[in-house]
Amino acid sequence: MKFGVIIFPGSNCDEDMIYVLSHTLQQNVVKLWHKSQDLQNCDCIVLPGGFSYGDYLRSGAIARFSPIMQEVIQFAQRGGYVFGICNGFQILTEAGLLPGVLLHNQQRKFICKNVYIKAVHNKSVFSQKFHLNQAYKVPIAHSEGNYYAPAHVLEEMQANGQILFQYCNANAEVTQEANPNGSLLNIAGICNKQGNVFGMMPHPERAASNILRNTDGLTFFESILQIAYA
Amino acid sequence: MHEKNHSCFISKTIIKNVQTTQTLPTVETAQKLGLLPEEYDKICEYLGRKPNFTELSAYSVMWSEHCSYKNSIAWLKKLPKDSPRMLAKAGEENAGLVAIGDGLACVFKIESHNHPSAIEPYQGAATGVGGINRDIFTMGARPIAQLNSLRFGNIALDKTKFLVKGVVKGISDYGNAFGIPTVGGEVYFEECYETNPLVNVFSAGIVKIGKIASAIAYGVGNPVFIVGSATGKDGIHGATFASEDITEKSSSKLPSVQVGDPFQEKLLLEATLEVIDKELVIGVQDMGAAGIICSTSEMSAKGKHGMVIDLDKVPLRQANMEAFEILLSESQERMLIVGKKGKEAEIQAIFEKWDLNCSQIGEVTDTQRLHFYQKGELVADIPASSLVLGGGAPVYYREYTEPSYFKEYQQFDLHTIPQPQTLEEYQQIAQFLLSHPNICSRKWIYEQYDSMVGTANASTNLPADAAVVHIKGTDRAIVICVDCNGRYVFANPEIGTMIAVCEAARNVVCAGGEPVAITNNLNFGNPYNPEVYWQFVGAIQGMKAACEALGTPVTGGNVSFYNQSSSVNKQGGNVSNAVFPTPTIGMLGIMDNIHTQRMGLGFQNVGDMIYVLGNITNDIACSTYLYHYHQHKAAPAPFFDLQAEIDLQKLVKGLIQHQLIQSAHDISDGGLFITLAESALVKQLGFSVFMPESVKENQIRPDAFWFGEGQGRIVVSVNPDKVQAFEQFLIENDTVEATYIGEVTQTDFLIDGELWITTQEAKNLYDNTLENLLD
Repeated sequence: MKFGVIIFPGSNCDEDMIYVLSHTLQQNVVKLWHKSQDLQNCDCIVLPGGFSYGDYLRSGAIARFSPIMQEVIQFAQRGGYVFGICNGFQILTEAGLLPGVLLHNQQRKFICKNVYIKAVHNKSVFSQKFHLNQAYKVPIAHSEGNYYAPAHVLEEMQANGQILFQYCNANAEVTQEANPNGSLLNIAGICNKQGNVFGMMPHPERAASNILRNTDGLTFFESILQIAYA
Repeated sequence: MHEKNHSCFISKTIIKNVQTTQTLPTVETAQKLGLLPEEYDKICEYLGRKPNFTELSAYSVMWSEHCSYKNSIAWLKKLPKDSPRMLAKAGEENAGLVAIGDGLACVFKIESHNHPSAIEPYQGAATGVGGINRDIFTMGARPIAQLNSLRFGNIALDKTKFLVKGVVKGISDYGNAFGIPTVGGEVYFEECYETNPLVNVFSAGIVKIGKIASAIAYGVGNPVFIVGSATGKDGIHGATFASEDITEKSSSKLPSVQVGDPFQEKLLLEATLEVIDKELVIGVQDMGAAGIICSTSEMSAKGKHGMVIDLDKVPLRQANMEAFEILLSESQERMLIVGKKGKEAEIQAIFEKWDLNCSQIGEVTDTQRLHFYQKGELVADIPASSLVLGGGAPVYYREYTEPSYFKEYQQFDLHTIPQPQTLEEYQQIAQFLLSHPNICSRKWIYEQYDSMVGTANASTNLPADAAVVHIKGTDRAIVICVDCNGRYVFANPEIGTMIAVCEAARNVVCAGGEPVAITNNLNFGNPYNPEVYWQFVGAIQGMKAACEALGTPVTGGNVSFYNQSSSVNKQGGNVSNAVFPTPTIGMLGIMDNIHTQRMGLGFQNVGDMIYVLGNITNDIACSTYLYHYHQHKAAPAPFFDLQAEIDLQKLVKGLIQHQLIQSAHDISDGGLFITLAESALVKQLGFSVFMPESVKENQIRPDAFWFGEGQGRIVVSVNPDKVQAFEQFLIENDTVEATYIGEVTQTDFLIDGELWITTQEAKNLYDNTLENLLD
């Protein structure tokens, strides 16, 4: 598969994402500069974590207006695969490609630690390799990851199967204690109604290395790679 | 003055003499700027005339302690600087440079931002992070990991809480957005740091040998650029500010504290590395303390060249800035770049790509002088080398005398301290130590730092005594830590500093690394006080002895004097108003193979056998137990034996290489009991241990055995299947005492068969103390 990783000024998880996609998974990866308007025929567009444009104003609020994002929006509307991690998720909600918003963490602090997530179902291209009722250890690192959407939106998302990942404990139980930031319904990752755009706060690219002794995040990438075999 | 036409850069008529329409400042003005009368005389001598205000300001910051090290350099020169791995000696570059194999070098340094953080903790700490990282990438290295070493006053005070929250948020906001992981650190709370918190930040980066940039200017006609943020009035005289005691009036110096912007720093990092990588530059220096005047003078002096600079070309944040303000401004996220002539357009294109300012402000000349112009007039004309350390900056040999407390501390008598009598008392001490702010988990702090960005921090899922950071594209890792117990250094500066160096090395060894070099951050009180200076001299002597014995040269660092609350300046004040002498050690270790050489601090399996390696002594001196539980302060530094320490570290390296142990954790704050607890809590296990007969026969008190902080000891756990090979290895290396004390259990901390505390209770106390105190 050909992946395009967008580089915004202030992106800082771009190299980590590229490392996993190209070095660990041996995929074709190109960097897409924020000032460019050429998606270079990629099969999947990736919005990495970081602090795009310094996250001034509000996380992701400026990035959505960048030249490359106009192309990404059109690409997504045509059904192209797009996923965003952390700041990438924030940008996708700001751009209106995903429902809801990411508020300040309930504790009003930046939180970086390992948490557990579980797949709500595995019918999505982004969750198809996950075992149900299994906890996957994937780290978070954010100040604004507290997922919020109005009740009727949440109901619609549930009906459409758009909630893909929830924070849980080591036994895959979705509990309040396992919720690291106050997200409604312990939401960690969601997709759009069509199922081709996905965002999550946890960083699977930080859990994809034997040296780091955590490979739980590889399941996420293996799910996406199924697209190539479909 | 100079007749030579410097260059065609200043197209306007060159004025032969510096502008003297203004009244020249007097020696009184010089003193107000922090200079001594004899320093003023020396300036007149260098210039061959009286300086104008701009020039005087330049000397005042460049000759401040912060830039010139005038009160410390004579002693710093005694520190060992050589080893086969060293690519640059201390002071030669912005940071230490050590070869680590595979054609790579590690650039690392520690720096303080104590004084700004005392006044404005958030920006003070944030700009400290920005400054240390610029020191790393100015050399062409990409930073890969950061550490910090923090000291605060009594945590129960609201003022301390304000400082802790501000400093941690400052480091967090800046470091996280900049995108370099914070992988470790240390924090202590002691009353002496109440007015003067210490904020020491460490950064390490990796560079290919051959792609290293130097802070140098040469080649007549080469263009000089200022890049990055625009220059404003922030931080003017910041370096002078850092060289004074903190007084009640200090908060009126708020403009001396700079404001940071990590987003600009991230762009500056990428653009700077790109111009260096494309070999478009002669030299690069970041702008920190003393701004443009510092970079232009240090780069020129190093290259034995001069510069002509047009201050009108410097992008400014506000109109009508005076020449001295532009020269001294400490606005953050700026660099001075000497480009290669003919490459101007390529350099500018790179900065434009990153949306950063890049203005040519001058050219390199052969005059060895700095000529600054403003509105067509020469506003300053100074020999570059006269400003800098190693050139014309003054060097002082200060007096020192042994403080009266020192002898008193040596006379400590262990017998005056009552031993715990009952199980309840031991249980109480266990709880006290586990929840002591100097011992408990730092989770409240480190979870606010992005510790994982870069996907190279190998310690997240295998905690160790030092941070192990993978160098991607190789099998290697750097192993880094910061250490200093100021209480020990206060009790005995020489031994306390040896302990700081050895503990740092011990931590690197326990994590599986080979210690190779250090950087130091020397935090002391007012150097004009002979008793404070005695602490400084002792610390240097201890550091020299320990570094020579370990073969870990000093690659550079930072001196921060005046960490002392006092209304008296330059008279020295009282040693009891100073912080504990705190020579923080940043240790760099190397691991050749991250796949096979790593070691964690946590117990792994139930049934593993627990040993104490090293001398067990009847010593509670200077321990957390003595100082904070018994509140007995007058005691010497804990037991320490340099040769025994070296033997111990050699043994543990061998045990790790031969894969004979499951965990290694050094005994430090809180003694053996806390070490066992920390090893058990990693996987929420327990232990059952006892005080061996052999120890009792040596008349060792139980409280000394469990809570003493005698140095040179490491707790290891061993899989029963490997015990024979382990013991055989000990026999072959019989320089180190090894004592079997018990085994790892499923849960609970049992001492001599009695339950001191359950694992769950211990976890609650250890994990939640800081959170309960700070949230």
